[in-house]
Amino acid sequence: MSAEVGAGSAQRRAIRVTVNGVVYERVVEPRLLLSDFLRHELGLTGTHVGCEHGVCGACTVLVNGEPARSCLMLAVQADGLAIETVESLAPDEERLHPLQQAFWDRHGLQCGFCTPGLLMLLKSFLAENPSPSEEEVREAISGNLCRCTGYQNIVAAALEAARLLREPVAG
Amino acid sequence: MPTRMLGEPVKRREDPRLLTGHGRYVDDIDLPGMLHAAVLRSPYAHAQIERIDASTARALEGVVAVFTYDDLGPARQRMPLLIPNPALTHPYTRYALARDEVNHVGEGVALVVAESRYVAEDALEAIRVEYQELPPVVDIERAVEPGAWLVHEELGTNVAAHYVGVVGDPERAFAQAAHVFRERLVIERSAAMPIETRGIVAAWDPYREVLRVWDSTQGPIVIRNALAALFGLAPHQVEVIAPDVGGGFGCKIMFYPEEVLIPYAALVLGRPVKWTEDRIEHFIATNHERLQIHDAEIAVDAEGRILGVRDIFLHDAGAYTPYGIIVPQITACQLPGPYKVPNYHVEFRAVYSNTVPVSPYRGAGRPHACFVMERLIDRVADELGLDRAEVRRRNFVQPDEFPYDVGLVFQDGAPTRYDSGDYPAMLARVLEMVDYERFVREEQPRLRAEGRYVGIGLACYVEGTGIGPYEGAHVRIEPTGHVYVATGMPQQGQAHKTILAQVAAEELQVPIERIVVIEGDTAHFGFGSGTYASRSAVVAGSAVALAARRVREQALELAARELEVDPADLVVEDGRIFVRGAPERGLSYWEAAQLANPLRYAYGTEASELLSKPRPWNGPALPPGRQPALEATEYYSPPHATWASGALACILEVDPGTGMIRFHRLCVVHDCGRVINPMVVEGQIHGGIAQGIGGAFYERIVYDENGQPVNASFMDFLIPTAVEVPPIEIAHLETPSPLNPLGVKGVGEAGAIPVPALVASAIDDALRPLGVRVTRMPLGPSELLELIARSTE
Repeated sequence: MSAEVGAGSAQRRAIRVTVNGVVYERVVEPRLLLSDFLRHELGLTGTHVGCEHGVCGACTVLVNGEPARSCLMLAVQADGLAIETVESLAPDEERLHPLQQAFWDRHGLQCGFCTPGLLMLLKSFLAENPSPSEEEVREAISGNLCRCTGYQNIVAAALEAARLLREPVAG
Repeated sequence: MPTRMLGEPVKRREDPRLLTGHGRYVDDIDLPGMLHAAVLRSPYAHAQIERIDASTARALEGVVAVFTYDDLGPARQRMPLLIPNPALTHPYTRYALARDEVNHVGEGVALVVAESRYVAEDALEAIRVEYQELPPVVDIERAVEPGAWLVHEELGTNVAAHYVGVVGDPERAFAQAAHVFRERLVIERSAAMPIETRGIVAAWDPYREVLRVWDSTQGPIVIRNALAALFGLAPHQVEVIAPDVGGGFGCKIMFYPEEVLIPYAALVLGRPVKWTEDRIEHFIATNHERLQIHDAEIAVDAEGRILGVRDIFLHDAGAYTPYGIIVPQITACQLPGPYKVPNYHVEFRAVYSNTVPVSPYRGAGRPHACFVMERLIDRVADELGLDRAEVRRRNFVQPDEFPYDVGLVFQDGAPTRYDSGDYPAMLARVLEMVDYERFVREEQPRLRAEGRYVGIGLACYVEGTGIGPYEGAHVRIEPTGHVYVATGMPQQGQAHKTILAQVAAEELQVPIERIVVIEGDTAHFGFGSGTYASRSAVVAGSAVALAARRVREQALELAARELEVDPADLVVEDGRIFVRGAPERGLSYWEAAQLANPLRYAYGTEASELLSKPRPWNGPALPPGRQPALEATEYYSPPHATWASGALACILEVDPGTGMIRFHRLCVVHDCGRVINPMVVEGQIHGGIAQGIGGAFYERIVYDENGQPVNASFMDFLIPTAVEVPPIEIAHLETPSPLNPLGVKGVGEAGAIPVPALVASAIDDALRPLGVRVTRMPLGPSELLELIARSTE
């Protein structure tokens, strides 16, 4: 959404946000959601918006390494912070992050809409808890709604990703 | 050796894009100069619109237009009745924007188009609407009483449809029965709730003179046809694309007001327009499902054999009937399930209420039917002191009794005729999986002695899948080495790009990597109806198989002529056609594609010297009957639905102190005929079961007596999370369908159907010492505690 026009434009503020390692300087309306900023100002549409009230978790990104709901944050609140989105996960165009690989191998996604939020949440969770039990994975992702998979394969993928991250394959 | 692709757990070809954030859902599409729309919605369930003043809104900086009903030009007509039915004597559809009356909270009253969504929403607040409130109709039992307030005054009744179906002689059956048992059974209102809401982007392309619409829909071709007719455009001038769609589960197979409004605004304003539904809008503007109230009775002989079933129910239609009476009709037809019901009386009234309209949500009337029938079967077992599995066994349609006619006309206008299955084997298998005998004989008595309430539940179901009218596919072998496969089907996560590629790869014997599946884009394929009713793999899959077979024949014919052999002497492996026993004598499909085209502008490494040979015939370069491409379009139209089935068993524990439930086991035996991709099939079942668990415990849309939805957020309408869905154990039983070339049956809705019935069965069993009987769904902890309290009074 354009922040150039409309009510509130008089109070626009300059922000400096690092997203996926790139520094962006933008002037935005104070009311602009971080999710809208990422998606429509920066074109990073991998972060999805499912409920706009902080329940579904589809919009989860990492803010200074911590998972946060980008629909509950304003872009101006991200001023000076570092954001990571799903677009930053894969090391390059040829390879997938172990989480992405495990989701693919274990059929951890169907429509794919909730997936980016789950991937970002799990990245942070597995960094804190590299050897989770199934129960712990279920608890960890219980703030992210998926309507397609019944979670079984997401849980399997998370456990497999944990294994892959613990024991990186040589080469 | 031929490569087997069917039945293999091929990893999804959709996934790398979606995993890396490169999916393209409707809201991801940002076009240059694009405007943003927001809809002003009625805050009242039932009201007369006296006046709308949008002048302040129109004057706001950044607002480009405000549309009300009067501004809609050719769209000032009622939305179409998509599926008529003779029993639907009082259909009623809405306008794209309310003309003079609103009939549910959330009905659209005005559309704002502005430079940003933020400004558009500002403008909504500046529109003044004067309403005269009318009495709301919320309770469907009261709505059918004489003198009830009316949703639509001019209809003179709240009853949209009155349907009666009779098989055999139910009166006689009930008169002669050893036992008759009655139940009043309720399934509450719920909704599909995909995580992606609806969304539309529309733009007029002046260079190609095409109205292009990106729509998160399950039926782009239907939308294309409707828009072309509405706006007086030729069908080729409207392209509807369902890009990546973030779940549908039925609610996106519809023709919604916004699907008219956004394209219309784009045409009028000459700029692209986007509308993305927010979650609250989704609760009040996207169709719901489920509420039915059944008065059911079953007549049995002394051994528990069914003599007849009588079921009279009310179905909540909501405010309008755009999708006809498909949902209750499916309930009526599928109610007998896998059991022989020789005498059957089913009757329903579809009742208007001042609530969001009702149309299919995954299961589409089947969870209700299954709940009623399975509750009746359990009741028979309990009353006669018989084992619940045994009563089911005694009443199953037997494997040698197919085709089996239920005796009613199904949703597709064809007979309700089961084509194949093995219900006794299905039940036997699931009993074995869950170790039923041991649980009943040893474990449960031991647990009961410990004071624990652990029960086992059973549920069996059938599902009419793969209905017509038809779907088609276009298959073309490209000289570049690609195989182009296009169908009219969009997907919302069901892996069509993978399973249709598997079908084409198996039929053609080419590596799957060569196959490109295009779906959900009317510019690529313009005939068909869409993804619903668990039909894609059956109907589109069969069309792909038929088209691929024809292309293979074309290629073999051409290769035979080139190699001067009989086509019967040729074999295909790995994309190469060669003479049996002489693998060096052959050519690839891609070379054949070049050969087919007399231009023979061959380039690239695939070109062979074959192409430089002089033409071995005289006359036109393209002789009559030949085409310059290896390509074919085929359609598959099923004679009637093909019937999938399943049997489930679960063991769960009830905490009588808290009303909380914990699953110990949840086992599924599922028969969807020949399995194309077991990984995808299991994923579909997992997802369906999760939604069934939602329907059994959590998901209920609540309206107050004024027709105000009181839980329209994910805070209050609870979707199961990873903590509520237990591990699911699945076994496949394959009885191939005799109706289609692949032998497949649908699986999309399967899991959602039996869970309320299954859970009710298990809770009854767990609480047997207390004498609790579950008769409504969902059943949250507080309702369960109430049941327990009442039983111990």
